[in-house]
Amino acid sequence: MIVVKNLYKSFGEVKAVNGVSFEARDGEITGLLGPNGAGKTTTLRMLYSLLPPDQGEIRIDGLDPARDAMEIKRTLGVVPDNRGLYSRLTARENIIYFGELHGMSKQAIRERIETMTATLDMGDFIDRRTEGFSQGQNVKVAIARAMVHEPQTVLLDEPSNGLDVMSTRALREYIRELKAAGHSVVLSTHIMQEVAALCDRIVIIAKGEVAADGTTSELLERSGCETLEDAFVKLIGTEEGLLA
Amino acid sequence: MRGLTTVFKKEVRENIRDRRALFNSLLLGPLLFPLLFVGMMWFLESAEKERADKILELPVIGAQYAPSLIRFLEQQGTLIQPEPENPEEMVRSQEVPVVLRILPEFPEKWSEGLPAPVEVISDPSRQESNAPIRRVKGLLYGYGQQIGSLRLQLRGISPQLASPIMIKDVDLSTPKSRAILAVIFLPYVLMITAFTGATHLAMDTTAGEKERKSLEPLLINPVPRWQIMTGKMLTTMVFAMASLALTLVSFRFVLPFMPVGAFGMDLTLGVETLLKILLVISPVAILAAALLTLLASFAKSYREAQSYMGLVILIPMIPSLIFMANPIRAETWMMNIPLFSQNLLIGEIIRDQPVPLEWYGLSIASTLAIGLVLAALAATLYNRPKLIFGSS
Repeated sequence: MIVVKNLYKSFGEVKAVNGVSFEARDGEITGLLGPNGAGKTTTLRMLYSLLPPDQGEIRIDGLDPARDAMEIKRTLGVVPDNRGLYSRLTARENIIYFGELHGMSKQAIRERIETMTATLDMGDFIDRRTEGFSQGQNVKVAIARAMVHEPQTVLLDEPSNGLDVMSTRALREYIRELKAAGHSVVLSTHIMQEVAALCDRIVIIAKGEVAADGTTSELLERSGCETLEDAFVKLIGTEEGLLA
Repeated sequence: MRGLTTVFKKEVRENIRDRRALFNSLLLGPLLFPLLFVGMMWFLESAEKERADKILELPVIGAQYAPSLIRFLEQQGTLIQPEPENPEEMVRSQEVPVVLRILPEFPEKWSEGLPAPVEVISDPSRQESNAPIRRVKGLLYGYGQQIGSLRLQLRGISPQLASPIMIKDVDLSTPKSRAILAVIFLPYVLMITAFTGATHLAMDTTAGEKERKSLEPLLINPVPRWQIMTGKMLTTMVFAMASLALTLVSFRFVLPFMPVGAFGMDLTLGVETLLKILLVISPVAILAAALLTLLASFAKSYREAQSYMGLVILIPMIPSLIFMANPIRAETWMMNIPLFSQNLLIGEIIRDQPVPLEWYGLSIASTLAIGLVLAALAATLYNRPKLIFGSS
């Protein structure tokens, strides 16, 4: 469960996040939808305590990233926009590395990799070096790496970036499984179909502010539009940065 | 500490798989420098030998004024060359290293018993002409002495009266202490190796990690950042040390191929000497790793980091260059200066001089202290978000 209240962050003159508030509940998928540069990544970075907010309050299962950074990192699984796999290590070694950083035992890591290799269908490349992996393979390894310690809360930044149709389907399937298992899932994206297909709640962010917040039907109702795309354009008041 | 060792193990594994890291740290220095050293020695020695063995060819102007001098020179193995047209120009253009001019008043002064003038035309600023100049002057001096003695004897005076002082050379230098070049070159090479051995790792683990976008996911793990940085620095130190150890071992095996006799050198690096040198130089590896990691952390990419490194590599050269230009005697207070003290200490160790334990202690302590301060600074760097995301 994530509660964000009135979050502010600026870099010099640029106000990246300008008063963002939202909630992400357990057993639900929350989508942060917005054009490129709207402040989604900055918001996520504050959630996983890599950036300190200028102002505002964040609680993840009651913990404050500013004070309990280590504790929060233990409960979070993060797939950042930059997948950042180590190309000289195999997929398995990449996952082991993060498991060890989380203080897991060798045995626990081994078992966990076994399960995830089956779930994410990584058997073909789990022992290959990640150099030259396809985007789909990269994302799978990045997810496995982020989920190795079975975190309660999952943050995914643009998870389907650069994925083909089949990989996207597999990814969505996996995210739904997480939801079914009771995890709180937050994903940021600029792709409407993604939120429409996956999310229970949508937080539309534009220019660092929350333009609208609610379920798909609530948003349609509020904007008086037929489709989510029209609602989106109407709610953020521009077509700029909008990619299908 | 769990995070620290995990990072350390992973960085070592990753970099052992990196051909560039292996080449830079473990191959370049250890192979290149010893070969360069031996090559240089061979070259110097053969050039010196050639100059000494060569028949001295001497163009002479006005040979007709001093036939007995010419005869003396020829007896001593000099090949007298005919009078050149423009001797000054010939010397300047390096056609000949030295020309002898016997002035027209030579016979007159000679018969009057006054100093008879000859000119040795040369350019001593050219290193390669020093040997022939020395030989010509030596011959002239010898001839003068001989004639002088004869003149005194003719007048019934003992020539010994004209030599009130007899100089005897008592050479106390052992063969080892004559190995000046090695004494300067080896510390210089080791100092540079400590830095070059660390450079690639320092850049790859910080700026490289940032460039490959893997720093952000790494920092999301529940490990204090100073442990992550320290793990990276430890890897860099280990590679720098390995580089140093390999360089020393490589010197050990290459030295027997050196042209020993010509320099009167007896430079064998025994196991004990090697270990002593390694002990003295190890703190430099720590200092280098910390300094390079600190600097590379500010760079956004490997390439940017590289541009800083070009300047940093000058740092270990400075003490060696000072020492080359102005060799000084080691004193206790100098042991407090990092990099400089190692230069002096390694010099002493190679020469097999007894080194006070206090010197080891001071040198190691002062270098370690600065290294650890830099390491502590570097370890806290990633607490600043700006350094994680670059300019964002």
